[in-house]
Amino acid sequence: MTAAIPMRLLLEDGTEMSGRAFGAAGSVGGEVVFNTAMAGYVEALTDPSYRGQILVLTYPLIGSYGVPAPRAPGSLDGPYESDRVQVQGLVVQSYVDKYSHSAAARSLGTWLEAEGVPGITGIDTRTLTRRLREHGTMKGWVMPANDDAALARNLAKTVDMKEEVFRLVAPDNVIRCGDGPLKVLLVDAGAKDNMVRSLLKRGATVVRAPWHTDLTPLAAECDGIVIGNGPGDPKDLTPLVTQVRSLLSSYCKPVFGICLGHQILALAAGGDTYKLPYGHRGVNQPVQDLITRRCYITSQNHGYAVRQEALPGDWEPWFVNVHDGTSEGIRSRTRPFFSVQFHPEASPGPEDTAFLFDDFMRLVGAMARG
Amino acid sequence: MTVYGAYLPRKPRKVLVLGSGALQIGQAGEFDYSGTQAIKALKEEGVATVLINPNIATIQTSEGMADKLHLTAVTPEFVERILVKEEVDALLLSFGGQTALNCGLALDEAGVLDKYGVRVLGTPVKAIRDTEDRRFFIERLAEIGVTTARSRACRTADEARAAAREIGFPVMLRVGFALGGQGSGIVETEADLDQALRRAFANGVPQVLVEENLRGWKEIEYEVVRDGRNNCITVCNMENVDPMGIHTGESIVVAPTQTLNDEEYQLLRSVAIKTIRHLGIVGECNIQFALNPKGVDYRVIEVNARLSRSSALASKATGYPLAYIAAKIALGYTLPEIPNAITRRTTAFFEPALDYLAAPSQRSSSGRCACWTSECGGWTRRPSSSRTWKTRSRTLHRCASSPWPRRCSAG
Repeated sequence: MTAAIPMRLLLEDGTEMSGRAFGAAGSVGGEVVFNTAMAGYVEALTDPSYRGQILVLTYPLIGSYGVPAPRAPGSLDGPYESDRVQVQGLVVQSYVDKYSHSAAARSLGTWLEAEGVPGITGIDTRTLTRRLREHGTMKGWVMPANDDAALARNLAKTVDMKEEVFRLVAPDNVIRCGDGPLKVLLVDAGAKDNMVRSLLKRGATVVRAPWHTDLTPLAAECDGIVIGNGPGDPKDLTPLVTQVRSLLSSYCKPVFGICLGHQILALAAGGDTYKLPYGHRGVNQPVQDLITRRCYITSQNHGYAVRQEALPGDWEPWFVNVHDGTSEGIRSRTRPFFSVQFHPEASPGPEDTAFLFDDFMRLVGAMARG
Repeated sequence: MTVYGAYLPRKPRKVLVLGSGALQIGQAGEFDYSGTQAIKALKEEGVATVLINPNIATIQTSEGMADKLHLTAVTPEFVERILVKEEVDALLLSFGGQTALNCGLALDEAGVLDKYGVRVLGTPVKAIRDTEDRRFFIERLAEIGVTTARSRACRTADEARAAAREIGFPVMLRVGFALGGQGSGIVETEADLDQALRRAFANGVPQVLVEENLRGWKEIEYEVVRDGRNNCITVCNMENVDPMGIHTGESIVVAPTQTLNDEEYQLLRSVAIKTIRHLGIVGECNIQFALNPKGVDYRVIEVNARLSRSSALASKATGYPLAYIAAKIALGYTLPEIPNAITRRTTAFFEPALDYLAAPSQRSSSGRCACWTSECGGWTRRPSSSRTWKTRSRTLHRCASSPWPRRCSAG
């Protein structure tokens, strides 16, 4: 533990906040985003959508239920959503080192230290969040307080969000898991492991392919496609958008987009995306199904959104956010293509919309049988 | 916002609100709060209100609240007379605690409500009965595979032995109709059970309850809101600092839960929503769980199909006006149709995310317990119960020295 080392958080607009270190030492930089979930930090920290970002947790006591033992290499076990801590740095109000939970094997600080990710505690996260909501998300740096600010900023570890980030989060090769009767292609640009687990649980064989491989032969071999979540701006993923666009022109099996996959599908269909001022990150986002009028509480983590009014004519809105009316889901009027902005696989968050996987698999099954 | 009453079959003209009956000073003040909120919500909709509550020292019986006030006891006889006299066409049961709920059930059983054509708004009487009757409750939950604490009512020693063997030692033995729970307790072995049973039946006890022992399990509750269109949310969850086996009155409750990871949090949330939908509750309710601290295993302890003491705490801890929303839902609104009074832009269909934690405390003449503030950014108080400040401050002090003393040592 490096508990006593004074640290500071710098924001682009000059805001400076001081706290104490936990986790690994060093200085990092990245976009500062906040998440309002009250539980689920293990899931959130390993969510590849956070790659390159500094995560602020608005709930003040973090670490009280510890972290489970590391999983075996190649395993997909929860609560981990990927093989490593994805965030650049973690900002909390009050880090709890003395954890207590039957599933815990180590403290949050120990885990972050092992993963080389610095954390800062003692920050007034309410003030910080308010600032981020007013100004929109900003770049920021977490660094030891004694270091020279300008120097530390230059030396801080950062991730290039235009191109590097997408290579970092995708697997190197195609991975096949499960032996279910139906084969689903999961396009991986940082997909959470629970997406795979959700499909496996419903009797699918999952072909997990990195976004940069040639998807056409894999798509032909599979009974349906899921385009998963991921970090960054969907417009920086032009190669994938182009691939999906050419796929859509001839594909007639179900395609299901989630989070980044929703944005990719919208762009491929001819729609548009834009950056939200401070994004939706939390486990309490209400969405409404425009067809049934039923509302659901969903888990979300995205900084970009699909422009509702720029949808092409053969697509229609499916879900909207009850808070701000932004697009939460779209579907094709003519073909079995649909996507949602929220995370039906939850983890962390409410499981209210897990039925979407059931619907998808039912459709995949029905269409595979002809 | 959608126009009023999109789904409402028939707008009530005059609604009778049942208050909580006689109050002791400082006790059950939360039902005054819930009744007051309900009356405000009804008046906003232009519905005439009649209130029955014998206590003059409350907000809801103040001038300018209800259109008509009857300072009588909340008993079936009085309520029936007022139903007739005031010609009300609908009834609100869930805003006056257990007294009001029982009174409503009695009126329904006696056929009074049918006789005068009075509708019960909000949760239907059948759902209330399912939550109140232990046998119905267990049956209904078993239909959807939700587990409750296993329990057997036994009339003979042989039956009790068989039940204990089936459930597995140690078991909780409850002796019915005994003063102050005499003879009840946890039984570790078969020999102890024999002895306890001999004593119980020798004293002429007609039956004993053999129950699964949940001592040491975490005590968790969720506040759930559901509207008539099946939209369902959990507004708040809470955790007792002390585990099962220590009476809630001797412990302290914290919102939100402190020792649950996401898997457990979501498991209980999903079970809560599934249960409340299956029971068909319309409005607000409270569901209590026991959670095994050693693994993901739970039991539903009970469901309160009404505003309760916990609801008052949850309202204050989250800023979500549970009683007000429950009254609007009873009138036929759906959650996304009710505007959020705090933000004015969003709706009541949301789950508050806290960036603080809240624990109840009594106001004492020496001021607030200052040691507590360093651990939490927010405050809430619950004006309730006859518990002594001494017990409370001891618990508070324990909490303050280390956030979760008992469970930390286990970790």
